[in-house]
Amino acid sequence: MGMTITEKILAKSAGKNKVMPGENVWLNVDVLMTHDVCGPPTFAIWKKEFGKKAKIWDKDKLVIFPDHYIFTKNIHANRNVELLREFAKEHQIENYYDVGTDRYKGVCHVALAEEGYNIPGTVLFGTDSHTCTSGAFGMFATGVGNTDAAFILGTGKIWEKVPESMKFTFHGKLPEYLTAKDLILQILGDITTDGATYRAMEFDGEAVYDLSMEERMTLTNMAIEAGGMNGIIAADEVTRAYVKQRNDQPYETFQSDSDAKYFKTYEYNVEEIQPLVAKPHSPDNRDNVKNVEGTALTKCYIGSCTGGKITDFRNAGKILFGRKVQVPTFIVPASTATAQQLEAEMINGATLKQIFDDAGCKIAESSCAACLGGPDDTFGRAVDKDVVISTTNRNFPGRMGSKKSEVYLASPLTVAASAITGVITDPRNFL
Amino acid sequence: MDKIIKGKAFVLGDNIDTDQIIPAEHLVYSLSDPEESKKYGQFALSGVPLAKSGLPEGGIPFIGLNNFESIFDIIIGGVNFGCGSSREHAPFALQKAGIKAVIAESYARIFYRNSVDGGFLIPYESFGRICDKIKTFDVLEIDLQKNILKNLSTDIKYNLKPLGNVLPIIEQGGIFEYARKSGMIL
Repeated sequence: MGMTITEKILAKSAGKNKVMPGENVWLNVDVLMTHDVCGPPTFAIWKKEFGKKAKIWDKDKLVIFPDHYIFTKNIHANRNVELLREFAKEHQIENYYDVGTDRYKGVCHVALAEEGYNIPGTVLFGTDSHTCTSGAFGMFATGVGNTDAAFILGTGKIWEKVPESMKFTFHGKLPEYLTAKDLILQILGDITTDGATYRAMEFDGEAVYDLSMEERMTLTNMAIEAGGMNGIIAADEVTRAYVKQRNDQPYETFQSDSDAKYFKTYEYNVEEIQPLVAKPHSPDNRDNVKNVEGTALTKCYIGSCTGGKITDFRNAGKILFGRKVQVPTFIVPASTATAQQLEAEMINGATLKQIFDDAGCKIAESSCAACLGGPDDTFGRAVDKDVVISTTNRNFPGRMGSKKSEVYLASPLTVAASAITGVITDPRNFL
Repeated sequence: MDKIIKGKAFVLGDNIDTDQIIPAEHLVYSLSDPEESKKYGQFALSGVPLAKSGLPEGGIPFIGLNNFESIFDIIIGGVNFGCGSSREHAPFALQKAGIKAVIAESYARIFYRNSVDGGFLIPYESFGRICDKIKTFDVLEIDLQKNILKNLSTDIKYNLKPLGNVLPIIEQGGIFEYARKSGMIL
């Protein structure tokens, strides 16, 4: 019997010829990523547990991005960034991207891709559930807690149970009114928030391989919203071209065997999918935009590792060009590179940044910002009974701030269309 | 590891995500400072909508105002307990509040791993749904050797799923102690 791409990568990392779902294996980790929320407690556990012998297993494989609570007056949050800074200095961590310097990158999952840490066939762990984003590069990537991360930091190893795989194949040509966000919301509605718990979610089909790396990352990013251990898309020429610009190390690519075994397979024709939202208060509470059209909004939000990439802003810019927003609309580029692209890329002679400025949007510096609520002074945070439509990934109660708020998740096209009218609006009205 | 865990039940429903267990605005506090880390107990489960807090009636706060520990000892949940973010602050907050074990129908992977590898609490799985059979304030007793939950308030027993291959890690109190005992690390 053949193996899936996830099984092949885990077998290689465990030094085995073959692994079976359900088997516990010890993996050799290629990259460990952490940030300002989970870095300081991870380092504290590492120091406590390894004591005087504490040694980082491989300094070149540790990557630290401050990104969560950056532009705030909160003293505890600022202390966490200071702790990262001290750790990086004390241990001479080259892959530290300090805020307030030219090296600052913004949201870790997008920065990992941009800085060349995502390499097909490798194994990446991060102290963040959306670490699964990196799976868009045909690699195994998943999130862990501080204790597991501290263990990796000292040993370079971690145990995992080999997951069963689920396969999602998208056929057809993606219509202009849909984005990868609609595709993943379609899956979430079908399998629910625990439909892939402890499983690999493999994405396939010509509609997936037609997507840019950024859009592929939107699919794998939200694998965790179905409980998935990892999301994965086998590397192709698009992947190789993206990686080649950023890293020249040799790598091995893997593909699932034709006789690989899956827990379940799903087939979709993208031409039959409608623009979708996830209604409050769960990412699997899917509905057609048409069915909630007219819902009054108090805020619109375009940002995060899920919906703040350059492709998301191109989509939003297409609709916002020459129009005005009716409700406060917050733009947060996921990375500083994305922010620079907003000033360079043009639609009909206007840069994306000009389009958003002219439409009346508020634009912030790159960070996780209000995707996860954060301190009171966080840009775009939901307050009181806000009703928000957002390109982010989660809409659990209180996720974007106030416990009384309601959050709808949608594509950047749908959020931009809704910003213009002030009520939830089908993007086809503006395309 | 204790052989018996006895205490009061606090009952929740399905999909209790990590933002409900410890809202993101509180993740700024130190987990290692003994005094400051008490805040995690203070704000544990503060994101759960009050109507769904302490089932079946709801409206029961997990922790009294300005307290750092709860009067409850065991959490009963439905499916997908601990879904959402990777924050280890979630099982840590429950432990700080005094929780010894969670019994849920199923768990999200990272919360489960964090509970076990960090040695914060015991994540037991029930056979089927028990969160609509047990009431908040019921007195429970878990026999960790026989994997049996006894509701002392109703005298009804429930079998729990054996902890399986994570039991050795739980018995050692976390992945570091386990790795030291098995000679993986010094």
